[in-house]
This record gives sequence, C-alpha cells and structure tokens, in this order.
Amino acid sequence: MTGRTTTTTTASTARGWAGILLRRGLQIVALALIVGTLCFAMARSLPGDMATRIAAGRYGYDLVSNAAASAVRGELGLDRPVWQALLSWWGDIARLDLGTSFVSGDPVWNEIAHQLGATVDLSVAALLIAMALGLPLGIWSGLHPGGRVDRTAAALAVLLRATPPFLLAVLLMLAVAVHLGMLPVAGDAHAGSLLLPALTLGLGLAAGLARVAGAAMRQAAASPSLVFARAKGLTDRQALWRHGLLQAALPVVAYLGVQSVFLVEGAVVVETLFAWPGIGHALVHAVFGRDVPMVQGAALCMGLLFVMFNLLVDAACVAIDPRRRTDASA
Amino acid sequence: MTAPSRTAALPALSADGLQRPARTRRRAGLAILGLLAVFAALGPALVGADPARQALDQSLLPPGSAHWLGTDLFGRSTLARLAHAAQLSLGLALVASASAAVPGVLLGVAASWRGGGAERGLVLLADAVLAVPGLLLVLLFAALAPGQHWALYMGLSLSLWVEYFRVSRAASRPVLAGDAVQASRLLGFGPVYVLRRHVLPALSPVLSTLLPFSAAQAVLALAALGFIGVGIQPPTAELGLMMTEALPHYEEAPWLMAAPVGLLMLLVLGMALVAGTGERA
Repeated sequence: MTGRTTTTTTASTARGWAGILLRRGLQIVALALIVGTLCFAMARSLPGDMATRIAAGRYGYDLVSNAAASAVRGELGLDRPVWQALLSWWGDIARLDLGTSFVSGDPVWNEIAHQLGATVDLSVAALLIAMALGLPLGIWSGLHPGGRVDRTAAALAVLLRATPPFLLAVLLMLAVAVHLGMLPVAGDAHAGSLLLPALTLGLGLAAGLARVAGAAMRQAAASPSLVFARAKGLTDRQALWRHGLLQAALPVVAYLGVQSVFLVEGAVVVETLFAWPGIGHALVHAVFGRDVPMVQGAALCMGLLFVMFNLLVDAACVAIDPRRRTDASA
Repeated sequence: MTAPSRTAALPALSADGLQRPARTRRRAGLAILGLLAVFAALGPALVGADPARQALDQSLLPPGSAHWLGTDLFGRSTLARLAHAAQLSLGLALVASASAAVPGVLLGVAASWRGGGAERGLVLLADAVLAVPGLLLVLLFAALAPGQHWALYMGLSLSLWVEYFRVSRAASRPVLAGDAVQASRLLGFGPVYVLRRHVLPALSPVLSTLLPFSAAQAVLALAALGFIGVGIQPPTAELGLMMTEALPHYEEAPWLMAAPVGLLMLLVLGMALVAGTGERA
C-alpha cells in the first residue's frame, strides 16, 4: 500500500519535473531562434559593404583595400543567398559555434566566459543585498501589520520599487560617489566598486521582496496551521521557524522568479552605467561597435542566465511545496 | 505574472478598510498620467521654441523668464526639449502598447475560447517570447536599425503583447464558461456579439489598468536605452538622452538634470498609484 503510493508519487514527481524541464528547454530553443534571427538580420542590414566595415574594424580605416575586404568576405561567407546563410547561421548556434568577434578577432566564447563571471558576481551580490534588507523587514512588518515599521517599509517600497534602475543608479551615483566622495563611481578596480551597482539592483529588489514577504508572513501568521502548531504546545518562536517561515517562503521564491526579468534588464543598464565588465556592458559595447557575433553571444548568454534562474526558482518551488510534487502542471 | 499570488496575499482586512483610499490613489495616479499626457500632446505647440535651435552665447542659463527651465550646454531651451521628449516618448509608448493590446487581447480571448491545441500553441508562443527579457528584445531591435523609431516601436510591441495575452486569456475564461455566454450562443448570437457584449466589458477594468501601466513601462524602457546611448540618437530630444547630456554639468546646472528626472519620477509615481500596491512585475 505504502509502496504503491510512493511509486505513484515518484512517477508524478518525475512527470512534474519533465514538464518543467520541457518548458524551459523549449524556451531555450525559442531564445536561440529569436536572438539568432534578429542578429542575422542585424548582420545583413549593416549599412555599407559589410566586408569592408569588418576589415576596417580589424585593420583600421587606413589599411583597408579591396583585397582585404574580399578576403574577409570569403572568410565569413558573406556572398551566399539569404536563406542558405540563415540556415547555416542557425546551424552554427545549434553547434554552439558563436564565431569570432568582428572587432577583436577572439572567439566569442572566450570573451563571454570572462564577462559572465562578473555578471554572476553582480547578480549574486544584488540578490544577497535584497534578501538581507528585504526579508527581515518583510517578516517583521508581516508579524506586526499596521505598525510603524510596516508603514515606513510600505512607503519606501512603493518609492523604490517604482524607481527604474537607471534612475536609481544616477541618484546613487550623485549622492554617494559625487557628494560624499566615498566610493568609486565606475570601473572594477576595487571591491568597493561592486557595492554601488549591486546596491542599485539590490535596493529595487529588496523593496518588492519586503512587500511580498510581509504579505506572505501576514497570511502565514493567520493560517490555521500556525494556530494548530501553537495549540499542540510549540512556542511562538518554534511555530514561526518550523511552520510559518516555510509557508511564507513559497510566494517569496515565486516572486524572485518573476523579478529575474528585473535582474537581467537591470544588469544591462547598471553594468553600462557603472562600467562593470559584465555581459550587459559587453552587449551595449558590441551594439555600438556593430559587432554582431558579440551582440548575439551576449544576448544569448543573458537569455540563458534568465531561463536558468527561472529553472532554479521552479526547482525551489517544487522543493518547498509538496503540493507541486503531485500536480505539477505549471 | 504575479496576479494570482498577489490577490491571494492581499489581507482580508483591506476589503472595506482600504477601498476608498485605494480609489482616491488610483484617481490621483490617473490625474498625474493625464497631466503628463496633456503636456506631451500640447507642450511642443505651446512652448513654441525649436528644441534643436542652438544659441551658444546662452549656454547653461539658469531658469528665468526667457527660458523657464534654463538652457543646456548648446543654449537649447530645456523646456522645449522636455516637451518634445515627452511627446516622443509618450507617443511612441502609447502607440506601441495600443498596438500590442489589440492582438494580445484578441489572441488571449481566442486561446481561451478555442482551447485545445490552438491554446497550447499560443501559450507556447507566449512562452517563447517570454524567454527573451523585454528590454533585451527592444535593445536587439534598436541595434537592428540604430536611431530608427520603427525599430524601437517593433521591439516594444513584440515584448508588450504577451502581458495582454496572458491577462485576457485568464480573465476571459470564466466569462466564456459562464451562463450568460452560453445563453447568448444558444440564442444564436455570433462570436462578435459575444466578444462585444460579454468579454470586452469583463476585460475592460483589467485593461484600463494594464494600458497606462504598459505605456509607462515602455517610456521607462525608452529612457533607459536612451540613457545608455543605444536608443534614440542625438540630437533628438529624448528623456534618457537629456539625462546623459546633463550628467557632466550636474554641478553647475542641476536644473538640466532635474527636468527629465522630475518628469520621469512623476510618470513613475502616477504609474505606481494607478497600479495600486506597486508590486506589479
């Protein structure tokens, strides 16, 4: 009897996982198709002769001759019909061949591998800041609804949540770096230079997190399961740690999944602003330089980061919530 | 995306305790957005000055009677530039979100009407678009044709329609399954009638929140791209570009910075008030 229940549970867990993985896998394919096609169109629509431009990017405008341009044309296969070129473009992506940068001539993978680390550093730092600020505030205001902390947090959250990252970045730059002269405004020379971009992203996240955690905590505190935990003799603290927090964790984790867009979009803007050498910075830089392989590589990588983060959130939701293990269709 | 969790998370005590302030807040938000829209629509005509006319002897003038908001480095009137920038941003954003709303809503209703394979296909399509974060999509389109408005417009529309699709698919499902629609169809009314009399009235409150919200999101995306230099190109007056241009002169001419930042803050405030608790994704 118990054996059969276990097997059906395992089977439905596996099915739930298969559904999640399938959905995210399809998203990765879609991501590659969308980004690949756009970048292909980008490469085709560059003004002027593409081969000449690339040759100029490599050797400088003074050294470009027709011979150099046609060498580049032959090397990059720029003289095929459109559909053939698009198919082979997709094929390259499918084979994980992102090509070489038009500008530096290095393989795109090499450059991205460097920058990915910086972006992950920034995202993790932002997440840590958001959790360190948002969660305690949210839990406190959820346990004391209508209190002074709750109301202050609510007002702050509306203000911060509504301020777009680039605006917050400017205000922070002006306030902290220029006026107080405390932290470096841009670059990655010191550990201190991570603080400002991470704070920019983290504050925005923390505001939303505090609100969601507060609401979740309030609901968890009012739920029958907590009353029951108290009734069976647990202290307030024990009931909170063992039952309340776990119950409140689910909406918070789900909210993080929604906010991963914010993290990725914010990274593009904030990295560019603070000259943080991550993928977003590389992407914007490549757009300026019309370096299509780099644009494609960076965009794919950011999209992948986004999908992977969502996958992690899915997994965390399944781990926290036993209900999802039995009917995980989402 | 957060809609279900948020409605569940709202405390029960807010049922009548917060109703009135919430409505006043929403009205205040709509009033702010409306004022901004009027400024954007009529501003350029009322100000009259050419936003691109340079007067190098009037560089970085403080606000005064001739130039209400001062002038920038090239002696261009900040007020005129602000009005044109607002018109450009809000206009582009409104057109983009309106043209995202129509296919988004129609596809959403169609998905929950047809169900089955068609619905799965459409959901798959929406999922596919969701795989690319919105700003990234707009950025890629902007890179496709630098400085072209149509590229930004395309990117915005393509990333915005998904939200309309999801919302209207979820909101139209109970209506389509309800007795009223069943009765209408038994009486022989066609899909257009059902759509007009039953579905659209049920969707209109959600859409009236979503439309200003997504337009404001689009303005912010445009400003963010302009600010990092990959959106609309100079010398066009654009909010983000104005901030970039003003940043080096922050010390000597803070009003230059204050004008676009203030306008965006107002927009964001109006949006937060309209959106309610401010926890929309």
